[in-house]
Amino acid sequence: MIPELGHFALALAVVLAGSQAVLPLWGAERRDPALMASAPPLAIGQFLALALAFGALVWSSVVSDFSVLNVAENSQSLKPLLYKITGAWGDHEGSILLWCLILAICGAAVGIFGGALPAALRARVIGVLGATSAGFVLFSLTVSNPFVRLWPAPMEGRGMNPLLEDPGLAFHPPILYAGYVGFAIPFAFALAALIEGRVDAAWGRWVRPWALAAWAFLTGGIALGSWWSYYVLGWGGYWFWDPVENASLLPWLAGTALLHSAIVVEKREALKIWTVLLAIGTFSLSLCGTFLVRSGILNSVHAFANDPARGVFILVLLALVIGTALGLFAWRAPRLMPTGVFAPLSREGALVVNNILLCAIAAVVFTGTTYPLFAQLLAGAQISVGAPFFNATVLPLAIPLFAAMVVGPMLSWKRAQLAPALLRLWWVALAALLVGLISAWGWAALPALGFAGAAWLVLGAFAPIVERARLFRLPLGASWVRLSGVPLAAWGGVIAHAGLGLTTAGLSGMALAEHRIVAVHPGETVAVGGYDWTLLGLRDAPGPNYTARLAEIRVARDGRTVAILTPGRRSYPLQRTTTTETAIRTNLARDLYAVLGEEHDGTAVLRLHVNPLAPWIWLGALVMALGGGLSLADRRLRIGAPLRRGAAARAASA
Amino acid sequence: MSGARPARVLPRRLLLALPLVAAAAGGLGFYALLRRMEAGRYDPHGVDNPLVGHAIPTFAALPAQAPATTGFGAADLRAAGRPVLVNFFASWCVPCRIEHPQLMALARAGVPLWGIAYKDHEAAAEALLAEEGNPYHQLARDESGRVSIDWGIYGVPETFLIDRAGIVRGHWAGPLSADLVASEVRPMLGKYA
Repeated sequence: MIPELGHFALALAVVLAGSQAVLPLWGAERRDPALMASAPPLAIGQFLALALAFGALVWSSVVSDFSVLNVAENSQSLKPLLYKITGAWGDHEGSILLWCLILAICGAAVGIFGGALPAALRARVIGVLGATSAGFVLFSLTVSNPFVRLWPAPMEGRGMNPLLEDPGLAFHPPILYAGYVGFAIPFAFALAALIEGRVDAAWGRWVRPWALAAWAFLTGGIALGSWWSYYVLGWGGYWFWDPVENASLLPWLAGTALLHSAIVVEKREALKIWTVLLAIGTFSLSLCGTFLVRSGILNSVHAFANDPARGVFILVLLALVIGTALGLFAWRAPRLMPTGVFAPLSREGALVVNNILLCAIAAVVFTGTTYPLFAQLLAGAQISVGAPFFNATVLPLAIPLFAAMVVGPMLSWKRAQLAPALLRLWWVALAALLVGLISAWGWAALPALGFAGAAWLVLGAFAPIVERARLFRLPLGASWVRLSGVPLAAWGGVIAHAGLGLTTAGLSGMALAEHRIVAVHPGETVAVGGYDWTLLGLRDAPGPNYTARLAEIRVARDGRTVAILTPGRRSYPLQRTTTTETAIRTNLARDLYAVLGEEHDGTAVLRLHVNPLAPWIWLGALVMALGGGLSLADRRLRIGAPLRRGAAARAASA
Repeated sequence: MSGARPARVLPRRLLLALPLVAAAAGGLGFYALLRRMEAGRYDPHGVDNPLVGHAIPTFAALPAQAPATTGFGAADLRAAGRPVLVNFFASWCVPCRIEHPQLMALARAGVPLWGIAYKDHEAAAEALLAEEGNPYHQLARDESGRVSIDWGIYGVPETFLIDRAGIVRGHWAGPLSADLVASEVRPMLGKYA
């Protein structure tokens, strides 16, 4: 009964989303206040319907209702409760429903928090969101319905992919999707602006918080996914330049560019067309990231069901959404005229450089990801593009980006001088140089460059604040007063930039990682990365729906025990698969990482890693997301009362 | 657009239509690939080797890999006079160790197995074979990986079946499993024997 209720709610959501698309857009065109006012209730109604549908799916999974095909194929009665709940979005149908739910949350959020927007703009934004939603909820209802029944119902489900039975991955999709889907709001704002033919400072101010929130979620989601592949896949790596990973990186790069160009729109009313294009592009890349990856067309370690028939439906849907948006852009964007002018050397100029570099990195990653496809299509050749290509192409673009990230915030708006800004950064440059030289002393050149870059980013991020507080130039008390006047949004930017520095330090540390693959008898000791690793013994351990084989390894330094690691191997009889359980011990400065491989003739194959600074990679991403959140905490106050400061400035300068 | 700069308006319009054109081209490309996938003419997960059905690439004799005392080249392979399995392996490769028991079983069954140590230190590869057993009748090493490039090696382990005429008949990327040996390798060995 409950699954039918969910099925019905899903159908209801299609109808509500359809109305949400038609009525407000038509109302805004006809300037009909009643029709425009229907937007928020429709959006909230669609959200409630989808929440009900999603709740019904989770309920079916929790009570192990195997008469629901989706539950029978992806669950089993012995699965821990947490994974019964999170398993609801672990497969294709459930994750699409979650995707739709988050899109509905976005629409409802604009309905609830968008009270200060002009009525027509709000109606158009919600209408565009409704139109997008209608397509995808229809997809869920017709082609990928999670509520399809199975009769006769089996006694036991087939169980979910054991790799996914992991807390990191359980919460990865909702956070990642919140990031992907969150960019639907800037997208809707961009289309609304194109329909209205107007982009001004206020538009920039409205778009930025939404873009910022989506960006923070996407940052967290990517970091969580990378962390998962680090400790679950057990390959000792954290980023494989796999198509699925690249698909999440592309909207992140475009979204980062969008955040920065929206600042220019907000402060200076320039870069309007570009910002609108970025808003469309970011969401388009998010759509491609979620859906094309699922068509099975890209070769990936992340397994999704290959279903070309579904792929065609998705492609048509994407063509409608992206095609309409870009068509509207081609038709209406020529109307958007820039009003703010600026010298090439200015804060705006630095942000343009940032945009060019971010988009260049995105273009390189996009090319590398899709090149094998097009080589296949045009030349019939089977080609794979791997990590060496990406490392060799992204690094040269990252270096100028890092330079601009620190110098840019030191420049003034409109027109700036480079020399004074550089002079004020002398201590940052000196510190980075020292760090680089000290690292180059001990290690190879590339990690040294990385550490220097990390120091440059972290210290340089704080340079504008130091400058603002006139630290060490005014008495400490006076500096403190100035410091407390720095708005949260500025702190947010500082912290996000510093977060990237931490990540860079982590990446550089990982370049110094050492590892060995050894086959050892119990009692044998091997040396890896300055530690002595002794295999103490091997034993079996039963689990709820698996059996495990555990190795006990003592890690010692200079005869003193540092850690006892117990990596294992789990075999799941139902799914007939084996997973490796990596053992990791961290002290933030380095990770001790052990994986148990095969055993034969009394020896066990062990893979032992020492990964310096590895946790910093994800810690840095977390700090970045935190910076976004901090900036948001400041902006939220201003969403309610949008000032038309930019418009006033324009009137004054005209 | 008041028409004051009509000459500039057209290129600007064309420029702004560019994203649409690019996206449309990309969409058509994806559609074509999806159709090929549906028709079974495109497998994104396949690791094809262009050598299958062709003669082995010509290469001068590679240096020996201990415990063997002589290496081998393309001429030796062609002169083998019976079908041979050529296996690319390395001591640093985990899947190779997983595959090893299958290779030992093949060797015990009398299948001629020729090994090429790929980008490996001679001592490390020798230690591996001393530890796990040596299934190879002939052993060579390709420390620079140049010859492996000619073979189109994608990653280790990879295994090729060469018939008595020196034509590549079979190719398996990744570790050979017991299933794979029984269902593919053995039948093909029988076919070309």
